[in-house]
Amino acid sequence: MAQPVLSVRDLRVEFVTRRGILKAIDGISFDIGKGEVLGVVGESGAGKSVTGSAVIGLIDPPGRIAGGEVLLSGMRIDNLPPEEMRRVRGKRIGMIFQDPLTSLNPLYRVSEQLVETIRTHTNLSASAARKRAIDLLAEVGIPAPERRIDSYPHEFSGGMRQRVVIALALCAEPELIIADEPTTALDVSVQAQIISLLKRLGREHGTAIMLVTHDMGVIAETADRVAVMYAGRIAEIGPVRDVVQNPLHPYAKGLMGAIPSLESETDRLVQIPGSMPRLSAIPPGCPFNPRCPYVFDRCRVERPEPIQHSEHRVACHLYDESSARSEAVA
Amino acid sequence: MFAFVIRRALQAIGVLLAVGIISFAMFRFAGDPVNQIVSLDTPAAEREQVRRSLGLDDPVPVQFARYLSSAVRGEFGVSYQFRQPVSDLLAERMPATLELAFCATLFAIGFGVLMGVYSGLKRDSFLAKVFQTISLIGISLPTFLIGILLIYLFSVILGWLPSFGRGDTVRLGWWSTGLLTTSGLKALIMPSITLGLFQMTLIMRIVRAEMLEVLRTDYIKFARARGLTTRAIHFGHALKNTLVPVITIVGLQFGSVIAFAIITETVFQWPGMGLLFVQAVQNVDIPIMAAYLMLVALIFVLINLAVDILYTIVDPRLRTSIRQPA
Repeated sequence: MAQPVLSVRDLRVEFVTRRGILKAIDGISFDIGKGEVLGVVGESGAGKSVTGSAVIGLIDPPGRIAGGEVLLSGMRIDNLPPEEMRRVRGKRIGMIFQDPLTSLNPLYRVSEQLVETIRTHTNLSASAARKRAIDLLAEVGIPAPERRIDSYPHEFSGGMRQRVVIALALCAEPELIIADEPTTALDVSVQAQIISLLKRLGREHGTAIMLVTHDMGVIAETADRVAVMYAGRIAEIGPVRDVVQNPLHPYAKGLMGAIPSLESETDRLVQIPGSMPRLSAIPPGCPFNPRCPYVFDRCRVERPEPIQHSEHRVACHLYDESSARSEAVA
Repeated sequence: MFAFVIRRALQAIGVLLAVGIISFAMFRFAGDPVNQIVSLDTPAAEREQVRRSLGLDDPVPVQFARYLSSAVRGEFGVSYQFRQPVSDLLAERMPATLELAFCATLFAIGFGVLMGVYSGLKRDSFLAKVFQTISLIGISLPTFLIGILLIYLFSVILGWLPSFGRGDTVRLGWWSTGLLTTSGLKALIMPSITLGLFQMTLIMRIVRAEMLEVLRTDYIKFARARGLTTRAIHFGHALKNTLVPVITIVGLQFGSVIAFAIITETVFQWPGMGLLFVQAVQNVDIPIMAAYLMLVALIFVLINLAVDILYTIVDPRLRTSIRQPA
């Protein structure tokens, strides 16, 4: 792969609380290439959104980046001074949040919010910025943009508002878009429209997209590669087709087994017993070991490091050649 | 919008009518007004003549109708103690009270918003904690005590500011203003602080709480993710969203500032309506009391209307809901 747009190396994020330090992200690494869509899935609290916030530099105290590197097109951005990081945000990295109903400031017209963002990052005049804003709205599929642009956010429907949010994220043609659950708050028919819009924009502009969601359907539909997160670590990362059809990590197997399918006649979906540990009580060794059906002694003491296994990278002792159990599952 | 204003105006008339009944009732139930006018040794026949000349022997509804119709024309009868029309007395005193209330509110808004924004943005800083302490004092100390403390410090010990009165005033038509002379401005400082301190702390606390609330919202997070400057986020996006509750408080409090200027005016011997009212209470001068009641009610009603209109200017969501009532 050529130089990736986003490269995350051994990133660690901690939250300092009264009861000690919680490791929300504990050493994750991944790359996203130009025009590529990386899906990030996992349960609530697995660290998906925190990863997105860490990349764009919006971890608020008491949280902090405790280690690792974030590289944007080869440039290190996790240690930039706040003012320089602000210039990166919005200009080189765009972000889309979960709830379009609350992402827009209710007191300002859509035009004001767009023009403000465009003029923050470019030298365009007010009228040129307005023209660009209209073009952006047209691009994200808002009908009659020159008429709608002076509306207030509450005058748009949920799906239309999410399109406005996407237009706002696209203002300065960023290299990377972080979409944090962009469809969760929308109804299903609108979800599909927003997803295909994101895909099209990524393809046309060569934008790398990090798509955070817990909806496997969205991932399967959109992503090129997928990272499965569990308790602040990446359990498995690989091409989306492979991971969905042939997951390696026992957690990923459980997750994929829980997707209802039209073809197979399953009476009961697979259920992973137990629940994800709280950040304050992550077990030693592999964090998944208390719930893992294939658990063995090594899992309880030694933390598994990601291992390349065909096209996947998987953090599981089962796939370590030195481990005697590897044939047992394969 | 027009229909909304009309609707509000009709409600206002209802409120004023109710207040009119109450203030009229004072004449009937706060003793016999004739006793206030005549001396102790006035013969009964003469008392009856006074009663007739004032129309006090007519049936109650007739008196009420007469009272209302003259009130609408701005006539509230003649003061028992000054033997002057009440409307003249009030008009003479009104500029003093309005100027005082205006300066106090300006002081309260200016400092309240500044301190509130600052302590909302930097809530762990030393200065923010100082502001919190000041606001605690402002909320818990009674007005008259603050006034007396200020007089003691700045007039008695330091001798910087006058301890009472309005200083020199300039007449602009019927309006006498103290804003154009140095002594008038100096005389305004302490009464304004005394009157506005409680409002200032209230505004500061509300702005602070609202800032903290707004800064947690998604649209602020999204504004940061768009790379907007901190300045634009704090003062453009966050502050404007705190304004609706602040306008409510400022509006309602401006009414109270006028109505409760009584205490401040008494402490500083400020020649305003409040002082006039206190004198009226001491002398059972009912026409003044009744007119003052009506005037304060009118001010409250007008302020409420202004607040409602201001809401729609600040928050576009309310414009739609007013256009199409649910």
